[in-house]
Amino acid sequence: MHDQTVAQLSRGLREKRFSSVELTRHLLDRIGQLDSQLNSFITVTGEQALAAADHADRILAAGGAGPLTGIPIAHKDIFCTDGVRTSCGSRMLDNFVPPYDATVVRQLADAGTVCLGKTNMDEFAMGSSNENSYYGPVKNPWHTGLVPGGSSGGSAAAVAAGLVPAATGTDTGGSIRQPAAFCGITGLKPTYGRVSRLGIVAYASSLDQGGPMARSAEDCALLLNAMAGHDPADSTSTRREVPDYCAELERPLEGLRIGLPKEYFGEGLDAATGECIQAALRELESQGATLVEVELPNSHLTIPTYYIIAPAEASTNLSRFDGVRYGHRCDSPENLHDLYTRTREEGFGDEVKRRILVGTYALSAGYYDAYYRKAQQARRLIRDDFLACFESVDVIAGPTAPGPAFGIGEKISDPVAMYLEDVYTLAVNLAGLPGMSVPAGLVDGKPVGLQLIGRHFDEGRLLNVAHRFQQATDWHTRTPDIAGGAA
Amino acid sequence: MHFETVIGLEVHLQLATQSKIFSGSATAFGAEPNTQASAVDLAMPGMLPVLNEQAVRFAVMFGLGIGAEIGRRSVFDRKNYFYPDLPKGYQISQFSDPVVGRGTFEIQLEDGSTREIGITRAHLEEDAGKSLHEDFHGCSGIDLNRAGTPLLEIVTDPDIRSAEEAVAYLKALHSLVTYLGISDGNMAEGSMRCDINISLRPVGSDTLGTRAEIKNVNSFRFVEKAIQHEIERQSDILEDGGKVVQETRLYDADRNETRPMRSKEVANDYRYFPEPDLLPVELDDAFIEELRELLPELPREKRARFVSDYGLGDYDAGVLAASRPLADYFEAVASEAGDAKIAANWVQVELLGRLNRDEKDITDCPVPAPHLAQLIQRILDNSISGKIAKQVFESMWNGEGDADSVIAAKGLKQVSDSGELEAMVASVIDGNPEQVEQYRAADEGKRKKLVGFFVGQVMKVSKGQANPQMVNQLLADKLG
Repeated sequence: MHDQTVAQLSRGLREKRFSSVELTRHLLDRIGQLDSQLNSFITVTGEQALAAADHADRILAAGGAGPLTGIPIAHKDIFCTDGVRTSCGSRMLDNFVPPYDATVVRQLADAGTVCLGKTNMDEFAMGSSNENSYYGPVKNPWHTGLVPGGSSGGSAAAVAAGLVPAATGTDTGGSIRQPAAFCGITGLKPTYGRVSRLGIVAYASSLDQGGPMARSAEDCALLLNAMAGHDPADSTSTRREVPDYCAELERPLEGLRIGLPKEYFGEGLDAATGECIQAALRELESQGATLVEVELPNSHLTIPTYYIIAPAEASTNLSRFDGVRYGHRCDSPENLHDLYTRTREEGFGDEVKRRILVGTYALSAGYYDAYYRKAQQARRLIRDDFLACFESVDVIAGPTAPGPAFGIGEKISDPVAMYLEDVYTLAVNLAGLPGMSVPAGLVDGKPVGLQLIGRHFDEGRLLNVAHRFQQATDWHTRTPDIAGGAA
Repeated sequence: MHFETVIGLEVHLQLATQSKIFSGSATAFGAEPNTQASAVDLAMPGMLPVLNEQAVRFAVMFGLGIGAEIGRRSVFDRKNYFYPDLPKGYQISQFSDPVVGRGTFEIQLEDGSTREIGITRAHLEEDAGKSLHEDFHGCSGIDLNRAGTPLLEIVTDPDIRSAEEAVAYLKALHSLVTYLGISDGNMAEGSMRCDINISLRPVGSDTLGTRAEIKNVNSFRFVEKAIQHEIERQSDILEDGGKVVQETRLYDADRNETRPMRSKEVANDYRYFPEPDLLPVELDDAFIEELRELLPELPREKRARFVSDYGLGDYDAGVLAASRPLADYFEAVASEAGDAKIAANWVQVELLGRLNRDEKDITDCPVPAPHLAQLIQRILDNSISGKIAKQVFESMWNGEGDADSVIAAKGLKQVSDSGELEAMVASVIDGNPEQVEQYRAADEGKRKKLVGFFVGQVMKVSKGQANPQMVNQLLADKLG
């Protein structure tokens, strides 16, 4: 059961080949057996999961089931879950149990999913390797010496290892797509505003977006159908109607114009990774798509722009963690200043502190114009580049990351090398566009992801392209050895 | 050296919305601590602000009320600083694109002269919570009921030149916002709080001196005293050849002095930047015009109408128009009594005097407008004299009924019956032969003075109820 897709499991449940309780118990057992090697879960909610599965089985028996009824999932530990500790990978929130669900959590629960637990992540979603977690690094199921990518590394590893068929992630600069690529799964970052941010612990508010991580584009479509929609409690969520993302999956690719930004295929891209991407593009071409070289002339501004805007927003989003109302609080503070400084010194890890410092600096009087304002101007240029491309192409494609997963400890002491990991994904967040990563090959047994970028709110098109690709290839069905045989 | 005082005011006005500016929590004053604080107000992780449209409406109504530019696209910003009663670690405010832009405000001083005060801007923001330093045994308590209450911060140009002008401005502002119904204006509950920026400069100079900012003054009287004290303090420094330090000070009402706040507070860099959790507020013409239609008659217009329609003096009209309930009360009395000038006099002198004496607001006035109108009618139809009317008014104030029932119950109706009056006059003349003798011997000039004695005696006999004109006439006839 554990190597099946959501779509397959959904059929199995309806055809009564197994129950949601059986499926849930099987996956909880697998988590118990395998996750000590991976560390992909921070919290496993077995009891609640079995209760939810039992409830789902009743609905299945009564015939009122939807496509996600009884499907086990996991939530990145950045999504607030009512009554379940939500740590955000941080000591700061190690003791934090929210009294509310994130909108996405509620939507997926309403759709009948069964939450198995909360997945590991880089602290406050800051990182590209999942090494910045208070709960320790997540290991890549394809090779436990490798990172799974970040920040949604726990979700990616858990799906790849067959611990759960699908999970939620958040993507602020690549945090869904890059770990999806590193772990050989399919991940979608929707258009900014498509999915509610309410109840997602904020990292960078103008960039954060929740999305699905699963084994296929079809599964992502199924999950996005439940996750997307206007939330009156999130002012930045759009009122635009939600299409049925499954409806267009089979649409043929004839006439599709795919833009290949020359900046994404140049220096810095691992050669073998590049070959996988080229092969994937030829497959799309063989299905009738046209490949067109395009330019994103302001690509070189992406990393500096992101690393001003994201830390600036983070520096103030994280001000609320002051030891006064919830979360970590230092022992016997002597005074207010001591309470603040020791609480935050103890509660935050190094990367979080680094970004708070950078962001505070960038917003400071005397530096604002040189950094934050400039970065906002650059952000507009980056967005305009994409919009210009989309006048002549329907979808943009390229690598998700410059290479496959790297070793644990390899880049952790070099923040700049780590930041370069996101060179192809950051711009999508800055432009607010939807982006996907689709398994597109293996390099030395390590998965490689093809990135697809669409027009605003054109998730349906991305899912369509990814689905057609997956109909013709089997990269997304490959599983790492750790996952064990079929059961 | 002579100095000129330069003052700019920042008023934080709590808007009278039912719920907070970014959450659904209630804004009522005086609830148990932290019972009106939702997950948003507590800045729980993942919580997001949603703008209360009513707060925007109120802000725009204020802008229209002072004829200001309305920001068609206003932007919320984060103002960052750490304080325990600021749960998010930033206040959502408006920095570069406020909802209300430049406008002007006319104030009227006691001598009747008027001045224009420039309004730099007015912007929306959220209030902070409160730190409670008592009853916690060396710790502080935090009450977040107030956190997120909508505020309109109204900033003036440095146009104010004295404590008197500052108070006149604040009173006029208070009048305007209560007219508009956008704030309850309750200063004791903190609905209107004032920061005072004040500096001195040599008379004739056009550069500004170094200013001090006095934070959070919450009554007209304290504003006046704080300014007077600060003028004295700064002029002492300057006269001694010293320099005023730019700093934030607090006014201590108990000691009637200002003193510096911790200097750390002054060095804040608020790191303003646009709030990414909220979209810019875009207002179209239809929205603004709809609100313009809703504007009531404002104090200035009302004052002008009182002058033109009722023939009141400009100052009197200003006093009566200053508060909407007072103006409504006056108009009700005037229309029922049928004489606006007498009504104005009664409301302004007797009623306001009595309200002040009991420290009551017009809204708590025990004498309903129709009762006062009836009283005035009894003066006009000669049922009672003005003097008796004051006695009747006092009884009405004490809840003894309307004018007619007080007059009847106490037998205060003026005696205008000529037979009765003739008898009284006759008995006074008979009882005071010496004075009659004197009167008759006196010349015309002295007689006028002496007749007062007889009038007084008749009034005494009549217990003040004799019609004074008739008594005069009768005395003149009888004394010959």
